[in-house]
Amino acid sequence: MRHIISILIENESGALSRVAGLFSARGYNIETLTVAPTEDPSLSRMTILTWGSDEVLEQITKQLNKLIDVVKVVDLSEAAHVERELMLIKVRATGKDREEMKRMADIFRGRIIDVTESTYVIELTGAGSKLDSFIAALDAGLILETVRTGVCGIGRGDRILKV
Amino acid sequence: MMISGAEIVIRCLQEEKVDCVFGYPGGSVLHIYDALFKQDQIKHVLVRHEQAAVHAADAFSRSSQKVGVALVTSGPGVTNTVTGIATAYMDSIPMVVLTGQVPSFYIGQDAFQECDTVGITRPCVKHNFLVKDVKDLALTIKKAFHIAATGRPGPVVVDIPKDITAQMCEFEYPKSIQMRSYNPVVKGHLGQIKKAVQILKEAKRPIIYAGGGAILSDAADKLTQLAHKLKFPVTNTLMGLGSYPATDKQFVGMLGMHGTFEANNAMHYSDVILAVGARFDDRVIGNPEHFGEEKRRVIHIDIDPSSISKRVKVDVPIVGNVADVIDELLKLIGSDFKTDPDVDNWWKQIDEWRSRDSLRYKQGEHIMPQFVMEKLYEVTRGDAFITSDVGQHQMFAAQYYKFDKPRRWINSGGLGTMGVGLPYGMGVLMANPDAQVACVTGEGSIQMCIQELSTCKQYGFPIKIINLNNGMLGMVRQWQEMFYSKRYSQSYVTSLPDFVKLAEAYGHVGMKIERPEDVEPALRKAFTEHKNDLVFMDFIIDPVANVFPMVAAGKGLTEMILAEDL
Ligand SMILES: Cc1ncc(C[n+]2csc(CCOP(=O)(O)OP(=O)(O)O)c2C)c(N)n1
Repeated sequence: MRHIISILIENESGALSRVAGLFSARGYNIETLTVAPTEDPSLSRMTILTWGSDEVLEQITKQLNKLIDVVKVVDLSEAAHVERELMLIKVRATGKDREEMKRMADIFRGRIIDVTESTYVIELTGAGSKLDSFIAALDAGLILETVRTGVCGIGRGDRILKV
Repeated sequence: MMISGAEIVIRCLQEEKVDCVFGYPGGSVLHIYDALFKQDQIKHVLVRHEQAAVHAADAFSRSSQKVGVALVTSGPGVTNTVTGIATAYMDSIPMVVLTGQVPSFYIGQDAFQECDTVGITRPCVKHNFLVKDVKDLALTIKKAFHIAATGRPGPVVVDIPKDITAQMCEFEYPKSIQMRSYNPVVKGHLGQIKKAVQILKEAKRPIIYAGGGAILSDAADKLTQLAHKLKFPVTNTLMGLGSYPATDKQFVGMLGMHGTFEANNAMHYSDVILAVGARFDDRVIGNPEHFGEEKRRVIHIDIDPSSISKRVKVDVPIVGNVADVIDELLKLIGSDFKTDPDVDNWWKQIDEWRSRDSLRYKQGEHIMPQFVMEKLYEVTRGDAFITSDVGQHQMFAAQYYKFDKPRRWINSGGLGTMGVGLPYGMGVLMANPDAQVACVTGEGSIQMCIQELSTCKQYGFPIKIINLNNGMLGMVRQWQEMFYSKRYSQSYVTSLPDFVKLAEAYGHVGMKIERPEDVEPALRKAFTEHKNDLVFMDFIIDPVANVFPMVAAGKGLTEMILAEDL
């Protein structure tokens, strides 16, 4: 099962390595990981996309809670939430491909944020699966470079993660 | 008044009522050693290798419930401590390790004796800190002691750059501490405890299974009271020995890989398990699938939620400090607990298993290690602190020395670290200066920290080293005999030193004991005539004695291999 774990953690140096180290030491998967300070700069919020059975997920949350710097942990995917990922993709855009690329970006509601004579950089936000589909829809030979942030997510409505 | 960072370190230790530090000096901690020199409240034990400093601090804590403290220099000083820290971590021992670091402005430049202490120790500490500002020093040390000793205890490393120990700062030790990210639970959930009582009432084939957590939370007396009220059989893990009196008739012995026939069967065929500060690890329940074949209900008391339902599914988890939870249980049970009448039949079954006498052995022409342990028990009247190394001798000690009190059995259970025995003896003696201490070891293990014989001389630690010398890495040899068709790859030790001469070279007493009839007199002599000496007792034992019963790795608890003639 796919899970999105949100963590509030003290914004101390080394906090990230404690979390990453825990995952590698105990053999848990990290599919994506994002982290940045919150509106309270003493706290960071981390989002980890992981896979595992219910038992593994139970252990992951318990082990994360055991880390001294971790303030709160929730499994976002347990209830209603929204998730987004950002991708920047640089593509070759010459000749007839130039028009085609623009059209594809429009269909996927991407934005072209950098233009040269031969390339575009397209910005695309959405669920990870949408970004995957966009990549699949392009001619692989035209993709020069991709970079993705990994998933971040937030609970819907009254589900709030705060200290 | 402004004082230096080094003085702050010492003042913090004094505030924490630390009366003894195990350590080894070096460049990065020279300021701290200088501050140590200028006071006389804290004693310092100078070891011969940093690994031993940490083991000794660890045993200081195991044998006293105080937080052990070690102090080492940066770089190699730190890397030498890693085995000791990992050992304490696996057994949840509260400890603070103060490490010197290169000056903060050199960090990251591959300075002389620099290493990434926080990085190297991160996976084997409860927490660690790098102090970046002298103003944070006192608070950090306060936090370190707080974190080490509360919740599920564990080692905490505080890495202190040298420049910080020289800087001047006002000293004020925080009285209390509040951490939004760390608030361990103490009291168990009352609803869960009530559920547990109901299940205990219904139990027909119950067992109490107590581990190291019962000792760490000082719950031995309460556990004993509870067991007497319930009239249930009790088994201990290797780490739990002493949490329930081994001479009590409700005690069925240690369980697990080398557990008794009755303990392993009772655990396996139980219908209700009351697990107390234990974690169902692989050396205890063997194969979890096999263990899961019997249907039973499990109540699990543990301070660490992540220990619950990790390897065995638990029906009633109770997260809390073992002693507090047992208190609540005792209150709810009151004086009118009715043990289910079927439990009588269960006891009959257990007695039948007991009658197999699975620890029986034959004393022949060679000295048997089991015999030495029984004599050690008699001669010390069961009242010694037994430290142990790792191997067959450790299992023999666990099986044959009957621990009636907690904190008397000092060994490395989780990590299984050879070499701990002798430094453990030093730590025990610093915490319990008048105690009788025997270090049960093998000729393999003792050589892993043998240099500490020198420390023992310097401080006059009268440890009795019981070297069960089989000339083999016995536990390795046993596995090779049983599972590798007797291909004894690298398990024979040649060129052993003459341990008697070795002991004498260090200024101690040495004895070599080769005949069964000499075992007891030699032990008596060591514990009376040489009460105040370290005595290295080299027992030449049966080279091929094996530890039984045995549950092979990956096998089920009831699939025990018993000694041949049983
Ligand atoms: C540091 C370390 N290295 C290796 C091992 C693996 N090991 C476990 S028991 C054992 C043999 C111990 O031999 P000895 O100390 O002579 O004790 P015996 O088993 O003969 O009683 C070994 C090598 C270990 N536990 N610790």
